[in-house]
Amino acid sequence: MEVKNANAAMLSNYEVFKLLTDLKEQRKDSGKHKHSVGQQNLNTIMYEVRKRPLRFFVPVMFTHFQKHGHSLVCPSTQTLKYLSKMPCSRQSPEIVKEFLTTMVPHKLTKAEKLQLLNHRPLTAVEIQLLVEESEERLSEEQIEELIQTVTDVLPGDPEQENTAPADTEMDEGGEQS
Amino acid sequence: MFVLVEMVDTVRIPPWNFHRQLNEAVAEELNKKLANKVVYNVGLCICLYDITKLEDSYIFPGDGASHTKVHFRYVVFHPFLDEILIGKIKYCSQEGVYVTMGFFDDILIPPESLQQPAKFDEAEQVWLWEYETDEGAHDLYMDQGEEIRFRVTDEVFVDTSPTGPATAASDTAAQPGQSTAPPKEDGGEKKEAPYTLILVLLTDPRQQR
Repeated sequence: MEVKNANAAMLSNYEVFKLLTDLKEQRKDSGKHKHSVGQQNLNTIMYEVRKRPLRFFVPVMFTHFQKHGHSLVCPSTQTLKYLSKMPCSRQSPEIVKEFLTTMVPHKLTKAEKLQLLNHRPLTAVEIQLLVEESEERLSEEQIEELIQTVTDVLPGDPEQENTAPADTEMDEGGEQS
Repeated sequence: MFVLVEMVDTVRIPPWNFHRQLNEAVAEELNKKLANKVVYNVGLCICLYDITKLEDSYIFPGDGASHTKVHFRYVVFHPFLDEILIGKIKYCSQEGVYVTMGFFDDILIPPESLQQPAKFDEAEQVWLWEYETDEGAHDLYMDQGEEIRFRVTDEVFVDTSPTGPATAASDTAAQPGQSTAPPKEDGGEKKEAPYTLILVLLTDPRQQR
């Protein structure tokens, strides 16, 4: 096996999430028996772990793998599970395109834009971490603007946002009167 | 976090799979071979992205299976340097804090990279950060299962391919089908992870709210 290009392209979490969900759907539809040993690894890295809750077993089970070298828990499942908790699960190709066009005037590197897309920062602290030398490159207003763009373009966690609208509505009401 | 890696490989399709579409059979074989495995200096392979080129299939004498050279792209987990990731604390030990991301586990934060001053609480086996404010010192515990953000500072790839019989024999060498961590045959039977990330812990902004 030969690696032609170890870094052909960077993928956003959303793209990987979409790929894994599509693959999962495909496999469900094809209905073939997927439990052969060979498929186990792919299932592992993709699919849902049935039965046991992982929380307590994870530390024990992972040391078990290290000893025995085979996976009891599915890394594929894990990847899908991990990504479904991230903001990428609520994104779509249009949102990503819109996000990238709005990011153009800010002059950020590709890696920084990717991280903003994956993490959806809500505070200035997070932006400072994600963007290198943000104090020199971005003024405070620009950082605020960045946060505003991110919040507007990328959909957030609906649970978290239920608490926020109550405050913003009150503010807007105050300004109008 | 994820990159696309272009690779070339020869895929062997056994005769009982000849009734299937070549694309599907090849995709399945590639996933079987690479998914959830670490490729040296490349990263943890997740799944096949697409097949870019299929060359002619050949059948060699003595083997009924067909061999096809395939150019394909694979989704690989390989965070770049200084990338910020989110994970959960697995457990703490003297060596540092072990973090897991669910699908990837060998993430270590050495004590030097924790927020200073940090102390290890032997009784509870947990690291804590002594945070000084005007009101006094607060101890922030790094509890198991807590979500944290961290920045990648270093990655370690270890070549875990088996060495020759000249070194001290290891009992576990004969086990077939081992995936990510076959043992290093140095007589000590020390298991080394083929891909480890070393990081710096970041203050979790969510904790500050």
